[in-house]
Amino acid sequence: MKRVGLIVNPIAGMGGRVGLKGTDGAIVDAARALGAVPQASRKAARALRRLSPVADRIEILTCPGEMGAAAAESAGLGASEVTGVAGPPTTPASPEPTGPEHTKEAAREMARRGVDLLLFAGGDGTARDIAEVVGLEPPALGIPAGVKIYSGVFATTPENAGNLAAQFVAGGPSPTLREAEVVDVDEEAVRLGRLSASLYGHLRVPVARQMVSGPKSGAPGDADALAAAARSVARAMEPDCLYVLGPGTTTRAIALSLNLDSTLLGVDAILGGRLVGQDLNERQLLALLEDAGRARVVVGVIGGQGYIFGRGNQQIGPQVIRRVGREGIIVVATVAKLLSLARRVLLVDTGDPELDRELEGFMRVVVGAEEETLFRVEA
Amino acid sequence: MSTRVKLRDYHAAVWSEPVVMEMGHPGRRGLAIPEAEDEVRKTVGDAEQLVPAGMRRKEPPRLPELSQPEVLRHYLHLSQQTLSMMGINLFGTCTMKYNPRAAEQAAMAPEMAELHPCQDEETLQGILEIIYRLDEMCRVLSGMDQFVFQPGGGSHAGFTHACVMRAYHAARGELEQRNEVITTLFSHCCNPAVAATAGFKVINLMPEENGYPSVDALRAAVSERTAGLMTVCPNDLGIYNPHIDEWVKIVHDAGGLCFYDHANFNGVMGLTRARDIGFDACMYMLHKTFGASKGGMGPAGGAYGCTNELAPYLPAPIVTYDGASYHLDYDRPDSIGKVREFWGNAQVVLKAYAWVLAMGADGIQQARELSVLGNNYLEKLLLAIKGVSKGFPKMTKHRLEMTRYGWDELTQETGVDTVDIQHRTTDWGLDAYWMAHPPPIVPEPFTPEAGETPPVEDIEYWAAVLEHVASEAYSNPEIVKTSPHRQAVHRVDFRALQDPSRRAMTWRAHLKKRKG
Repeated sequence: MKRVGLIVNPIAGMGGRVGLKGTDGAIVDAARALGAVPQASRKAARALRRLSPVADRIEILTCPGEMGAAAAESAGLGASEVTGVAGPPTTPASPEPTGPEHTKEAAREMARRGVDLLLFAGGDGTARDIAEVVGLEPPALGIPAGVKIYSGVFATTPENAGNLAAQFVAGGPSPTLREAEVVDVDEEAVRLGRLSASLYGHLRVPVARQMVSGPKSGAPGDADALAAAARSVARAMEPDCLYVLGPGTTTRAIALSLNLDSTLLGVDAILGGRLVGQDLNERQLLALLEDAGRARVVVGVIGGQGYIFGRGNQQIGPQVIRRVGREGIIVVATVAKLLSLARRVLLVDTGDPELDRELEGFMRVVVGAEEETLFRVEA
Repeated sequence: MSTRVKLRDYHAAVWSEPVVMEMGHPGRRGLAIPEAEDEVRKTVGDAEQLVPAGMRRKEPPRLPELSQPEVLRHYLHLSQQTLSMMGINLFGTCTMKYNPRAAEQAAMAPEMAELHPCQDEETLQGILEIIYRLDEMCRVLSGMDQFVFQPGGGSHAGFTHACVMRAYHAARGELEQRNEVITTLFSHCCNPAVAATAGFKVINLMPEENGYPSVDALRAAVSERTAGLMTVCPNDLGIYNPHIDEWVKIVHDAGGLCFYDHANFNGVMGLTRARDIGFDACMYMLHKTFGASKGGMGPAGGAYGCTNELAPYLPAPIVTYDGASYHLDYDRPDSIGKVREFWGNAQVVLKAYAWVLAMGADGIQQARELSVLGNNYLEKLLLAIKGVSKGFPKMTKHRLEMTRYGWDELTQETGVDTVDIQHRTTDWGLDAYWMAHPPPIVPEPFTPEAGETPPVEDIEYWAAVLEHVASEAYSNPEIVKTSPHRQAVHRVDFRALQDPSRRAMTWRAHLKKRKG
């Protein structure tokens, strides 16, 4: 018997239909005033219907009302409710405002009760709340129901989320998981027409069986490719060169292969095989570069969007990039990640339009052991 | 279509056959060998002493003890339970085709089977002539100057090229500088692997909208570090790169060599020639494309051919002809050495030679046309099935080879995925389809290829089974998800294969892991 936790952010996605860019903060009232209706519970139910073939093998743990129980009921699945979570009794027509604290409280309680998989319906904001509480354990998976879905922790559709979850709970003893990024954009900035995303953490999400590798193909999985690429970059590091490592799991894999404990969300620096700076800001980076001889910048790619500069790594500002030069940039990403980018290009938004233009054109990307590709960079 | 095609009511033999190690009884024998007579024993002495002491077993091997009929029956049962290549099979990887029995028999005939490559050249004239003549045939097909058949398969021929390329640049003093090999994501998947094995760094170019990388991407990739290009055309999506001649020129201008991997030769055989496009070298798969058998890790055969400029580096020996007899030329000081023992798999060369003779020039042309026609007819049938889509749909030109299709739409709507469908189709007598080579770019993929071998009824039957299973996915998804139902072995958890603690490659490992 597997335990599946279910958390629905009832107000997620309400802004979308009325042209708002999200439902963070006070915008909820505005959305409702514009006639927005809750979407998330319905989408969660669509995902849950995919679990009916394995219904006898799972136990669903959820929150009251629109925060989960309603979706489970509508999908015809029995569920027990987490008590003590302040999920308000609501009706779809007039949901009481629930906030991040409800999501976090529920996630914390479900982790404590040892769920095997935590399903949540919402958007990037919901994913942030979950990641903050849950971290890498238990595994989690997002049912896309929000307006902003930039994080890699969401399935492509509610149905796919249900299929993945069903495969996961039905699977053998060694299910395949990967670490995926939780990113969020500043809604205020987006409403002003400017996209500004940051990396907020990671969740471990189940991976579709045949997307990992066909039973007969013998192909390495994405995690192996990432490890190989990371080792390849680490091995090529020259002792007298300063390496500025951007945030994310990709660059962390490089540090780990050197037995260095880098920060996951900060910018670090390596010189001569040692960490010489952690969680650096732009000023600290420039100071380090001033003393350094040769220097290079190593960055990953933000999944889904394709940003290499200007999203989640603004510390690596235009001055830092100009200091190392275009040829001093090492981009690392797996082929699978590159091919899953929405626009199949790498994006830069350094804050310096002239530099952005200079970075345009094909750039090399390390994709494996002694293996590179070329990908187009656009401003 | 489904109204015309009647699905067969297939059911596999189910024997629940134990592993041979678990069968038999102590003392049972397949053959009772008589005691040696006194005279023999006196002459030979103790036969065991003929084996060096260090190689002698201290105790006899713990083999199962069975009678002859038990052994025969066991392997007959296993063969009946085996799911492979004798059902209707449109297996999309480098063109699988029927292997004519006549060629198999010729390869098994004592005149061939009892030859040994260490025999004197004079007594090997027959097979040397066959090798020489197949070399000439391959030259006609490709425009190259010299072929060798030493590689044991397609990837091995690719590796041979990587070594030749290495030797070429080393001879010019440029090897250290030229350490990058350019390939494309949908080239033969061995291309990056063999380049890396030979010590090169790999630049793997990504497909753009039409399924192949742009000329601009290639221009950005070449430099003074470029050792060469290794690519296929059409690629593993069946798409022909219309700029391939420009590609060759760009790489040549940068000082690199160009290798045409003809894993997907079927769609262009007898139509285009690697040399005419400008390539320096190419390879054919004698198994698969040239009708010899493939499977079980061989025996296969790779034909590697190149221009006179690269010929000095070829693995020795080369078969030569002086107008009267054939010879083995080992005196090749610049050769990369051997890539396999002797001259490769001579039986495969014989089968390929038989195939070319049987087909003739016209037959090869006809096979190509039939093959392209079959693939495109299959596409029409498949795209009419609800839930099927084609990889890179914006690329509307005809596909020349295997094409990647996907069940993404069906999976989203029903929860049934490509593995489920693959299993279910075997219940109707199809061999399990090939999903896709890496990388997994088309969700829920399957990759069929018709080739010239299957008659039109087989193509229609194949599509009809898929149509039936797709409709089951919508009406009764559970029957598909729990399939196969009519196979010798039912649902298998493939994860065990990926879990070192559960898989066992030997009997000893099996005992150890099961008991532990």
